[in-house]
Amino acid sequence: MTQGPSGQPSEVAVEPATQPAVVFVHRDEYHDRIAQLKAEGYEMCADLCAVDYLSHPGRRLPEGVVGERFEVVVNLLSLSMRRRVRVRVQVPEDDPRLPTIFDLYPGSEAMEREAYDMVGIVFTGHPDLTRILMPEDWEGHPLRKDYGVGRVPVQFKEAPGPR
Amino acid sequence: MSAERPVPRPWSPAETSEGRQELTPAPSALDRSLASVLRIPEGAVEAGLIDVEREDETMIINMGPQHPSTHGVLRLMLQLEGETVLRTKPVVGYLHTGMEKTAEELTYVQGPTNVTRMDYLSPLHNELVFSLATEALLGVEVPPRAVWIRMLMCELNRVSSHLMWLATNGMDLGSTSMMIYGFRERELVLGFFEKTTGLRMNHNYIRPGGVAADLPDGWEDDVDVICNTVLERTYEYDELLTGQPIFRERTEGVGSLSAEVAVALSATGPILRSTGVPWDLRRAMPYLAYDQVDFDVIVGTYGDNFDRYSIRLNEIRESIRIIRQVVEKMPPGDYRVQDAKVTPPPRRRIDESMEALIHHFKVFTEGFRVPEGEVYVAVESPRGELGCYLVSDGTSKPYRCHIRGPSFVNLQTLPAMLRGGLIADAVAVISSVDPVMGEVDR
Repeated sequence: MTQGPSGQPSEVAVEPATQPAVVFVHRDEYHDRIAQLKAEGYEMCADLCAVDYLSHPGRRLPEGVVGERFEVVVNLLSLSMRRRVRVRVQVPEDDPRLPTIFDLYPGSEAMEREAYDMVGIVFTGHPDLTRILMPEDWEGHPLRKDYGVGRVPVQFKEAPGPR
Repeated sequence: MSAERPVPRPWSPAETSEGRQELTPAPSALDRSLASVLRIPEGAVEAGLIDVEREDETMIINMGPQHPSTHGVLRLMLQLEGETVLRTKPVVGYLHTGMEKTAEELTYVQGPTNVTRMDYLSPLHNELVFSLATEALLGVEVPPRAVWIRMLMCELNRVSSHLMWLATNGMDLGSTSMMIYGFRERELVLGFFEKTTGLRMNHNYIRPGGVAADLPDGWEDDVDVICNTVLERTYEYDELLTGQPIFRERTEGVGSLSAEVAVALSATGPILRSTGVPWDLRRAMPYLAYDQVDFDVIVGTYGDNFDRYSIRLNEIRESIRIIRQVVEKMPPGDYRVQDAKVTPPPRRRIDESMEALIHHFKVFTEGFRVPEGEVYVAVESPRGELGCYLVSDGTSKPYRCHIRGPSFVNLQTLPAMLRGGLIADAVAVISSVDPVMGEVDR
């Protein structure tokens, strides 16, 4: 194996996979903290998803973190250090907004759109925040816990609807 | 020949932004009704209803969702200047079936039947990542034989998935013989899967706590036949494709990606490795027993279609190398954890023991309870990092089950790969990303 163009080490030593560190961040410091982690060597945003804690309010959280209804979980990955870190941000129900991290990790584009589509988190500054999985004119966010499964009529064209 | 291949140009992160991805200004209501007609009536043009001047030299082409080369229901909006692709917008969601929502309604015992249908070309990896996440929350240790059976099955699955990719990629480039050969060899692996799990696809074989059944009698011979046949045939593929001038012309330097772009766009798997980054979770963050087997991580240089082809072809050979070591080292013992709270008792025990009957009933009706917590587990699927973020609230059903599908994320590299290329190469580039729409849309 040769040295890759990006300068990553080409031969890899085996390290035991440990559970990654979890970082709780306040919403106001979210973007800065992610930028700081990127500067520390976490090159890749592996995953971003949102969780609705409506029906599980008493979850375990560390001292000083006030649990809100929504939580956005960002999994960052460092290829050079072979390490992961998980950033958890609380997002309140009455103002579900969060700054985008697209400017730091362009790969988060589709993931943020998915979180918006499924849970309804609005990422301010995202270049194209539209629905990605559901139809454009869909109402509601399916992965919210108060989204009525089975109460949505199956939509056929031309068929007389229940409305 | 390879020295002439263009090296990807330098790049800055701002370039990956495709901007607001409405490719043209929204037309007025009148324009839209006219544009939906394939042949615009000449009278409309003369009457000045369509502003012909406004359309500059570019053209928007809509490809899919029913295009035969999109590997499912992927839709691409391409902005073309002549035959050159300027911008691309992948539109997904046509296969969205709400599997993450469904997972919240199923117990952890039923969970694998759901997630296995996501990436239908590597179902065992989906089951594996869900089972690993559940076991991490439960804190159970899986017996060694179950670990090695999982490795054997997952590597066979990687072989069958890459064979399927070779077949479809060959077909997209007009090599129908490769298509027939790829399917023929995949059939061998699927036959073994059917013998072991009872099903050719969507096995529900890897479950929390171990695997569903032990390997069948004589499995070593079956696996040996698969290894020998497939390995021999990969050299035939070499003759058919690798050295063939038409194939090389159509793949070398096409769809190039630099390492910086691939990392910034969170690409993983063969796409990331083709750019020269030696990142394979089996090596970098070993799970199962991958730290006890010997294999190479295949890395490319140019990040083009040909690199992605050779990486996948050589990964078949590496997987066969791993499979042979697994056959040698397969330990005896239990194939699932002997914890009555997690594993249902064997059928014969139910007739003898009241305790067994109760456990059987509890596991299959209510399911087992999983301690409160959240965990992210990732494995290397044939397409890249397959992750599972699992949140438990202490009941027998996941509170939230998020699957990080590698194809979903990898599709974001498509605009970067297609930019500046020819429309005729678009089909080959889509194919080289290897998207599985069942996993993209979930």
